[in-house]
Amino acid sequence: MPPERAWRSGRGGAHMRLRGLVRKEFLQILRDPSSIAIAFVMPVVLLLLFGYGVSMDARHVPLAMVVEQPDADTAGLVGAFGNTEYFHPIAMPDMRSAERAMLAGRVSGIVHLRADFSRRLHSAGGAPIQLILNGVDANYARLIQGYVQGVWGAWLTQRARLQGARLPLAVDLQPRVWFNGNFRSRDYLVPGLIVVIMTLIGALLTALVMAREWERGTMEALLVTPVRMREILIGKLIPYFVLGMGGMALSVAMAVWLFQVPLRGSLWVLTLSSALFLGAALGMGLLISITARNQFVAGLLAIITTFLPAFILSGFIFDIGSMPTVVQWITRLMAARYFVAILQTSFLAGDVWPVLLPNALALMGMAVIFLGLSRRRARKRLE
Amino acid sequence: MTAARRILALTIKEFLALMKDRFSRVVVVVPPLLQTLAFGYAASFDLNHVPFAVYDEDGGAGARELVARFAAAPAFQQRAVIHRHADIRPLIDNRKVLMVLHIGPQFGRRLALGEPAPLQIVIDGRNSNTAAIALNYARSIVTGFNRQWAADRGRGGPPAFVEARAWFNPNLESRWFFVPGIIGLLTLVVTMMVTALSVAREREQGTFDQLLVTPMRPAEILVGKALPGLIIGVLEGAVITLIAVYWFQVPLLGSLTALFVGLCLFLLSAIGIGLMISSLSVTLQQALLGAFLFLVPAVILSGFATPIANMPEAVQLLTYANPLRYFVVVLRGVFLQGAPFGLLVGQFWPMAVIGLVTLTAAGWLFRRRMH
Repeated sequence: MPPERAWRSGRGGAHMRLRGLVRKEFLQILRDPSSIAIAFVMPVVLLLLFGYGVSMDARHVPLAMVVEQPDADTAGLVGAFGNTEYFHPIAMPDMRSAERAMLAGRVSGIVHLRADFSRRLHSAGGAPIQLILNGVDANYARLIQGYVQGVWGAWLTQRARLQGARLPLAVDLQPRVWFNGNFRSRDYLVPGLIVVIMTLIGALLTALVMAREWERGTMEALLVTPVRMREILIGKLIPYFVLGMGGMALSVAMAVWLFQVPLRGSLWVLTLSSALFLGAALGMGLLISITARNQFVAGLLAIITTFLPAFILSGFIFDIGSMPTVVQWITRLMAARYFVAILQTSFLAGDVWPVLLPNALALMGMAVIFLGLSRRRARKRLE
Repeated sequence: MTAARRILALTIKEFLALMKDRFSRVVVVVPPLLQTLAFGYAASFDLNHVPFAVYDEDGGAGARELVARFAAAPAFQQRAVIHRHADIRPLIDNRKVLMVLHIGPQFGRRLALGEPAPLQIVIDGRNSNTAAIALNYARSIVTGFNRQWAADRGRGGPPAFVEARAWFNPNLESRWFFVPGIIGLLTLVVTMMVTALSVAREREQGTFDQLLVTPMRPAEILVGKALPGLIIGVLEGAVITLIAVYWFQVPLLGSLTALFVGLCLFLLSAIGIGLMISSLSVTLQQALLGAFLFLVPAVILSGFATPIANMPEAVQLLTYANPLRYFVVVLRGVFLQGAPFGLLVGQFWPMAVIGLVTLTAAGWLFRRRMH
């Protein structure tokens, strides 16, 4: 068969046409390297910034210590605050100056021991350790409160041991934290960040590609060739899928070697679920691109539908189970949500199939829906 | 034509370009408002109905009373009772429960003898922040139980106890903390959308060159491109503020003047950055990449979700170039602390400086295109 005939029809033709399209797309990527920057520079910059920058762990929290009548008892307690890495106690002469320091943001809390502290320490009712917190950042305040409780508990235990007495506590809480015993917040933030970054990459890579062809009129040129719409779409997807997987591999490598996040699950599970997620993310970008048919609107849609929803509604930082039911349903529409569950489990817990399987199926379903919708909406005709 | 009329004409043209397209009109208005509602509910560190299981090897009255306290707390919800140690692992691994309360067989005896009776809590640390918060809740339940137990039996409690009180947000509701921040997040996203892509689009379509041959001066083009972003940003900021106050019931203690001065300065700096990105990019794809490369760090390093004080020194220095960092402080200050205008000046001027620098740079980049 002469080559022209093969180009026109038949399986061999489809193969050739697809190869041509993929080649063209790769050449276009090389000509405007911003796609390569999206896949490889963005994950490096963002992961470096966040891997080092974002942390939920408070260390050396500045705490004002107001002791109205210093003596041996109060010195022991103040010393206990100084002995942990959580606090940086700063002695203040009175409450007025401590309150001023807190309003100015120089301290995050005030520990106030009244003049009768030592007397009440030996009385039946016990002595209050007054703790005043700046409640504007409620979570931080609660964290500090927890640390103060910890210092208080340690101080009580040590005091009881020194006096040879029993710890007068009915129930002693002994936490056992699985998967992340040291509460290293980086270990769960980095997998979550990978999801946010991959969501952006997926949308950025494909959100504009179809719209660009329509806008520049090259789509019409493509339409008069024998290529089918299916082939155009697959031809668009393959190069960006390869780039996206490259970006993912780079992110995982940085997580494991640079940030020392343990990877307890197997690599093939990670690869497979990344492929599924990328399918959904690229499919969503493609759908945006096809629906908008105009790069500007596609860009608007890509910005508004990807970053903040992936950041806030994915369970990356905020616990989905604690959200109201309606909002929980909305989170089910986010591919990022399923990928966060997969990555956090896969990195920290291992191949736990009852978690991985339903989430992977959901990702597969979303990929199929987005790609199917793209296929349906991309008709080979002019309007 | 005077400069003012030329600017007005360009502003009107920009609005028409944005609003005549059915899609872009909807995209600029509807999603940010819907997202305000969804994010307002979602962005919270308060835990509700955290599922837990009970593994009680003791079964005595004390153990039951302790478990009842957990079951009654709104933060927790009992999902399962298990009878074998081996059942703990699958429950936690599969995320059926976040934590398991393990009460050993000696619990009741030690409680009766007045020895500390251990309550072991096995908790899923995959999200270590959620785990830490849940443990804090658990700790306060146990502390309450201990005090009650000691008081009922006339025994002395611990010789000292922590008495915590929080200013500005007595119940430590984390929604109060996040909802004002969302105003900054969404107005930033909207102005980025409107400005970062606008010049890039004109350049890609070649209409920017036509604009440059009109009698308009670069500064006038700059103002004409900046005004639509400012107007849309202020309007959406106002609507989101209304949602925060009337829907989410976040107290607004400070002055609206301070809030809107902050909003305008913040928008100016965001517009400056958006126009800079826009004039640096040759294609829309590059502008989109630039917008994300600014947006994502700006949000994550703003103190919106994680405190800036926890960041390493070098990163903290970087946050000084981030206008959202200042605006988040203004928002929380005005909403929760009732901060007066004077106290916020320290946040206002850095935003003004960032705005001036970036707008000047964008103007210079426009001019450079001309020659």
